[in-house]
Order: sequence, then C-alpha cells, then structure tokens
Amino acid sequence: MGGRESTLVLLDENGIRCDGRKVDEPRRIMIKAGGLKNADGSAYIEFGDNKILVGVYGPRDVHPKHMSRTDTGILRVRYHMEPFSVSERKNPAPSRREIEISKVIKEALLPAVILDNFPRTAVDVFIEVLQADGGTRCAALAAASVALADAGIPMRDMVAACASGKVADTIVLDVNNEEDQAGQADMPIGYMPNLEKITLLQLDGVLNAEEFKKCVETGINGCKIVYELQKKALTDKYFKNGKDQ
Amino acid sequence: MTQSIIDDLKKSQILELLEQGKRIDGRALDEPRTLTVEIDAIPKANGSARVRLGDTEAVCGVKIQPDRPFPDMGDKGIFICTAELLPLSHPSVETGPPSPDVIELARVVDRGIRESHMVDISQLVIQQNKSVVGVFADIVVVDYDGNLFDACSYAATAAVLNSKMPKWEMKDDVPTLVEGAESDLPTTTIPVSITMAKIGDHIVVDPNSDEWAAMDCRITITTDSNENIVAMQKGGSGGFTLDEIIKCGDLSIKQGAQIRETLKHAAKGS
Repeated sequence: MGGRESTLVLLDENGIRCDGRKVDEPRRIMIKAGGLKNADGSAYIEFGDNKILVGVYGPRDVHPKHMSRTDTGILRVRYHMEPFSVSERKNPAPSRREIEISKVIKEALLPAVILDNFPRTAVDVFIEVLQADGGTRCAALAAASVALADAGIPMRDMVAACASGKVADTIVLDVNNEEDQAGQADMPIGYMPNLEKITLLQLDGVLNAEEFKKCVETGINGCKIVYELQKKALTDKYFKNGKDQ
Repeated sequence: MTQSIIDDLKKSQILELLEQGKRIDGRALDEPRTLTVEIDAIPKANGSARVRLGDTEAVCGVKIQPDRPFPDMGDKGIFICTAELLPLSHPSVETGPPSPDVIELARVVDRGIRESHMVDISQLVIQQNKSVVGVFADIVVVDYDGNLFDACSYAATAAVLNSKMPKWEMKDDVPTLVEGAESDLPTTTIPVSITMAKIGDHIVVDPNSDEWAAMDCRITITTDSNENIVAMQKGGSGGFTLDEIIKCGDLSIKQGAQIRETLKHAAKGS
C-alpha cells in the first residue's frame, strides 16, 4: 500500500485500467453450485484468475465436544491456500493470514445463517484456494454463501462480496493483484443485498471521508453484481438442470 | 475412513457379487474407473492437472524454484511430492496434522514417481553444491471415492508431464531468473501406479470406496514406460499368495499401459 513506485500504468487517460476494465467493472466471474459428491453443499468460483472450491458439511456432530452449544448450532470456517496457488510455493500449514481470513469470513456469514434449530451441531465450511490473484477473501465469501445455500442451511439472505479500492487517485471496483500491490487502498466488502447489511469490511490504505463513502458505495454495487451471479448459480442447478440435485 | 455397520453389510454384498464375477458398480474385475485429466487447471503453477478417477478427484500443482541441494547430493536437483486430504473431500476428514493413512499415501505416491526417475534431477543443477532447481508437486484430494493412491499419482504425473521449467543463472552468487528461457521439465519415463484390492479370494483393480472399506488387503504397483516394476506397497491386514502377487504384477503392466496412453494424450493436448 501507499503507492509503491511502478512502471505499470494503472489508469490511462480514457479511464481504462491495467487489465482493460473500466473503473466500475468487475473481473470475469463464474460461479457454479455443487460439483463435489461427498460434501453436503459445495460451490466453485472463478473470480478473475482466482479459482476457489468450497465444501460445506453439516449440521453434524461437533468434535471436539466442548465447542458445541446447547442453544444453537455453530459455524466453523477454514480458509486455506494450496501450496501451488501463489507465485512462490506456500507452506501448506495454515498461516496467521489464513487464520484471520477464516475468522472474518465466518463473521461475515454468521449474520446470514440461522442455526438456532440445530443445537449441539456444527456447520463446517471448508474453503480451498486453488489459485489466488488478489481478492480471494471476497471470492471465497461469495462462494461459501452459495455452498451453504446448496447444503440447505437456512439463511436470512445471501452474502455477496466484492472489493473496491483506490488506484491512481480514483475509486475503482474489484481491485486485482497488480492494483493491490501498486494501488493506494483496498476495501473488501461483504454485503447482504436484501437486508442491506454490511457483514465484512476491511480497509488497507488511505482514504479521505469523501473517498471512503464513494468506496463503500462502489463496493456495494459490486456486491449486487455478484449477488445476481450467486442466484444464477443456484437456479442453474436446482431449476434448469433438475437431474443434478 | 471409519468402518461402519453399512460397510459390513456392503461387504457381504460385494463378496456375493464377486462370486458371480461381478462388481458392485458393474465394472469388470480388472477394469479401472473412467479417468479424466484436465491439464493446466492452475495456470499460475509451472504445471498442473485436475484428475477425476470415478468420483475420486485430485488436483496437483507443480512449483519450480531455486533451492539449496541436499548436502550429499550437490550434483542433483530436488523433487518432492506431497499429498493432502482436504477436509471438504469427505465428512470423516478433519483438519490438523495428517493421519498415518495420509502420510502413507503421500510417501507411496512420492516413491512411485521418484523411483521411476521420471524427473531427471541430474539436469536440475544451477551450480554444483551451491544451487539447484527444486520441483515441488503438491497434490490435494478434493473428493473421495476410494483409491487415492492412483488418483494422486496420475494427477502428479500429468502435472509433471506438462510442467515448464524457468531458467536460472548464477549472478553474484545468487540464482537469477533468465527471462523467456522456459523449457519442458526434463522427464525420462511415465510412471503409472495401479492399485488392486483383495476381497475374499478375488483381486479387483482400482477399488472404489465401498470396495476399499470391504477389502482384506491391497497392493499398489508402479510401472514405468518400459514396463518395469519400479515401486510397490502392500497395505491392509490380510495377505497375498505368491500367485496373487504375480497376477497383480501382470495386471499392473497391462492396465498401466492404457492409463499411460491417457496421461500421454492429455499432456499432448496442452
């Protein structure tokens, strides 16, 4: 952050970004509901060059037992990157970054899921990043919501997610890896479009009050685009292709 | 995977069917499941493959980077293959340190590829005793339906076959990347593992999860392109007779040849 020196032209005079997108345009997004045989629910997302697989198990018995609660079910999330998902091989053991992201994604999903009817059980969400290219936590959150819905977990709303940020003094939607490295701010947002609630919000970078407002609004617009694709993924599985249920 | 009452019931059904020469999923006894190979599934890796063997699915990504040689092998590069069972692959898989089963899996897959000398590590030296090329093939299992040995082995082999190796030169004692000088990773042969299970007195090739739970013992045999046997691992609590072992050796050569063609074909398509 903080505008590292770079030869890369982040935004040209026509308002076109380094990967050819307009300022308010997300990367190519493809979401598929289902796909894994054993998981109770699953989803696969390609968000730009990010490729993420999510599997959901539960509600099921809790191990270790002391984690279980008598008044409600619990949600557990593990965000994990494969050793081959990034340029330099990553140690397969969970890093501090992965543990933090697991936590923020869990807390972004909690307002949406209704686990009161499943006391003493756990719903486990396993997120596996096969390839990372900036903005994995948003892509992972969006896919996790679809996988939870695919597992039939009761939900108040879908959690959509998209990042916005500041690149070359301009607020842009869906910051990619290059822009994240050389840009001025990155703000991942998780959002429930029908309840109009923000459930994940982080910021890495510097924004003034006006830019902050614009950045949140831009991110929410991105979430609405992602939301339509999440719905489409579920409709494609459950209404058009009935044999895949 | 944990044994359940259902597995016991299924075992008697599997045995009954085998007495009639049939398998629970309708395959012939020596018939592996359909193998699909998607090459270059992870473009950011130096080589990759997503493999589906029946309903068992594994993804392998190969990372190639400069490394220090092992102290006693200064004139050779490094090849390391790891395997991990992801918790989304099956309800019984938990996070945390790998179980003995998974450690065995990773070691058997690694041994099969290493002992075949598939990757020519003598060509992976940047500067003798100082700097060499390290090749890491990391495999993750994303969906479980038995016989992880072969699914992981095919994923790694397919990923290694389509790997592109960057070039490094020593500059000021540091390995420095030479831009635009990628070449194919030097390989000498295509190892193929075939895992067979013994259920009662019957030998079946590529056991699915039901057969895996019902088997008395198993054997994984890896053959190379010259149809030599290069690695073997017996597992499970039962035993094989000499005749059975010899039959398994023949089966691994015969079925291995077909799988090798599939892997070769997939690599060419990239």
